[in-house]
Amino acid sequence: MADAMQPSYTRKIKMGQIITSYSHLHDNKVIVNGRIIFYQENILKFADFVKTVFKQEQFIYPRFYKMDAISKLGFLATELVLKEKTIEGYLPEAMGIVLSNSSASLDTDIAHNETIKDRSSYFPSPSVFVYTLPNIAIGEVCIKNKIKGENAFLISEAFDGKLLFDYVNELFKSKRVEACLCGWVEVMANNCNAMVALVENTGAALDGRSSGFEPMLFNEENLNLIMTRN
Amino acid sequence: MDELILKLKKEVIEQLNLEETTPDDINPDSPLFGEGLGLDSIDALELIVLLEKNYGIKIEDPKDGKKIFFSIRTMAEYITEHKK
Amino acid sequence: MKPVYILNDNIINAFGFTTAETILALDKGSIGISTVNDPVLYPQPVQLSLVDTERLNRKFSEILEIHQKNTPADSFTRLEKFFIVSLYDVLKNSSVDPENPRTLLVISTTKGNIDLLENRFRTVFSHKRLYLWELGRIVRKFFGFANAPIIISNACISGVVAVMTATRFLQSGAYDHAVVTGGDIASEFVISGFQSFQAISPNPCKPFDLNRTGLSLGEGCGTMVLSTIPTVTGWNSIRVAGAATSNDANHISGPSRTGAELSGAMNQAMSQAGVAREELSYISAHGTATPFNDEMESKAIELSGLLHVPVNSFKGYWGHTLGAAGLIESVAAVASIRNNVLYRSAGFESPGVPAAINVISSNQYSEVNSCLKTASGFGGCNAAILYQKD
Repeated sequence: MADAMQPSYTRKIKMGQIITSYSHLHDNKVIVNGRIIFYQENILKFADFVKTVFKQEQFIYPRFYKMDAISKLGFLATELVLKEKTIEGYLPEAMGIVLSNSSASLDTDIAHNETIKDRSSYFPSPSVFVYTLPNIAIGEVCIKNKIKGENAFLISEAFDGKLLFDYVNELFKSKRVEACLCGWVEVMANNCNAMVALVENTGAALDGRSSGFEPMLFNEENLNLIMTRN
Repeated sequence: MDELILKLKKEVIEQLNLEETTPDDINPDSPLFGEGLGLDSIDALELIVLLEKNYGIKIEDPKDGKKIFFSIRTMAEYITEHKK
Repeated sequence: MKPVYILNDNIINAFGFTTAETILALDKGSIGISTVNDPVLYPQPVQLSLVDTERLNRKFSEILEIHQKNTPADSFTRLEKFFIVSLYDVLKNSSVDPENPRTLLVISTTKGNIDLLENRFRTVFSHKRLYLWELGRIVRKFFGFANAPIIISNACISGVVAVMTATRFLQSGAYDHAVVTGGDIASEFVISGFQSFQAISPNPCKPFDLNRTGLSLGEGCGTMVLSTIPTVTGWNSIRVAGAATSNDANHISGPSRTGAELSGAMNQAMSQAGVAREELSYISAHGTATPFNDEMESKAIELSGLLHVPVNSFKGYWGHTLGAAGLIESVAAVASIRNNVLYRSAGFESPGVPAAINVISSNQYSEVNSCLKTASGFGGCNAAILYQKD
């Protein structure tokens, strides 16, 4: 029986979902599945931080440079997660993505507002305006990874592990998703904080693990733990 | 004309955030849309803003954009003709 | 799964401050979009559908009189007034208690208090007010909701996602009641952005019409009270029976070329509700009247095998109300079910989309049992929700 081949954690967790890969980017530091993969002592500007990580990881995706700050951060956080654990086996419609943050798209809103402040120099830019919605970051991740299932962007003052867990848990319970990316993607000026976790059903998650990372139970506590652990 | 073409290349790269593209990478006669630079509908709108902002040329009918923005050279020609 | 009933609702838009006022306007065939020449909103004249400011302030002051005597009316923003007036209307007519810990509050908005970025408000309101959770906190505090609101900001599908989210938390038993509200204001921020997209029609918008030239922006607020516990008022006969979202994974502003993803969400909502294609009475479409959106929607309707189903867009009446659209249009669609009437799709004269959808060209009075409400937005997002007579 295949059961005998399964590692011990799945015996303990007969049912439910697990986090099979995660990333956390903040304060010039990038953690993927518990490992620090990038750290810079000197404070970098946001634009330099994400560009340096993008280059270090040798990502090739020219669209990246067209994105606004949240989309860049969400894109990076997701690519780092999916580098460790592929979602290629899923149907596009079976994959969901739920992101959250505190300031919605305020950082880009301010940029758009700059273009219309002066009536004598009034040049609103379509490529800035299009990013004045937080869920564009979801759109970018979906385009890159052909994710076509359930998607939502939630706003809370601070990271809310309970809300995120409740929302995504509901998607799994009602069988609307088989895999779901979820997390927090916050940027304001040069301050950023992003966490993205890949959640899968226990059985499905056994293949393709590359990093030796032991999956974590998908629950509120572990989401909070990822957010706070350095 | 060559001077304007180089200036336009630089402006397009900056305005459309074509980070890893240099002016030398852009053939002034190659189509801007389709394959090539991978520009899309938002870029087309952004080029309309560029003409207005940098050259004071307003394109009233977006359908005209297809001809004007065919290549860097067609853009340069249009600017030379219409610049006030 | 527990059934979820719609107990009560409200619409604030150009037609007034109650659902009844909007239904009256629909019955009369009024159009709430007109040329607005207000340099505060936009340097040039522009087609808009605006809420009557004088009436809004009067209504709001009346509520303050009763509710919080010591709070000055000008300490609330235009959008906060929308939400408070709308919620006040539904709560005053409902048995649902905001202070009950089993009552959930869900708020949808795309831009919140975005007008506060303008210089004229800089010194009046704190910067914090630009945050959507602060807006949520103010609404919560006003009515004393026991729970912090869930706030959805998901472009033009926000309102539908809000109703869907509330429904799911009620179905699972996490809460017994939910107040779901969506609002957005017309602002220079949004008008200038859509103008830069050359997406605003020079005349009132004409969804699905051959000569459509873009959207008309509107503003407003829509609210629904949902509950798993039916009341005996007769309002409880309509349920939220299924809902789903999807993403095009194609382009951040241009809609899907095939409509397959919206079609997928529509199919999911219908199958959850157990409504067959031939049973569906009506589709309340997104219908923004931009060339590509309406084209995509028609393809989605065809893919789902629903070409025979009567379809309209309410945007020809009161424009695109963004984060409020999913709520306001849902309330109007539910009223259509309740009153057994299908409203003409305003602005539609001759077919102008690739698939031969059944656009409603004059008001029809016949049994309406169900409605599939759809929405699509920037970021490639789609949503569909099914309302059904119990």
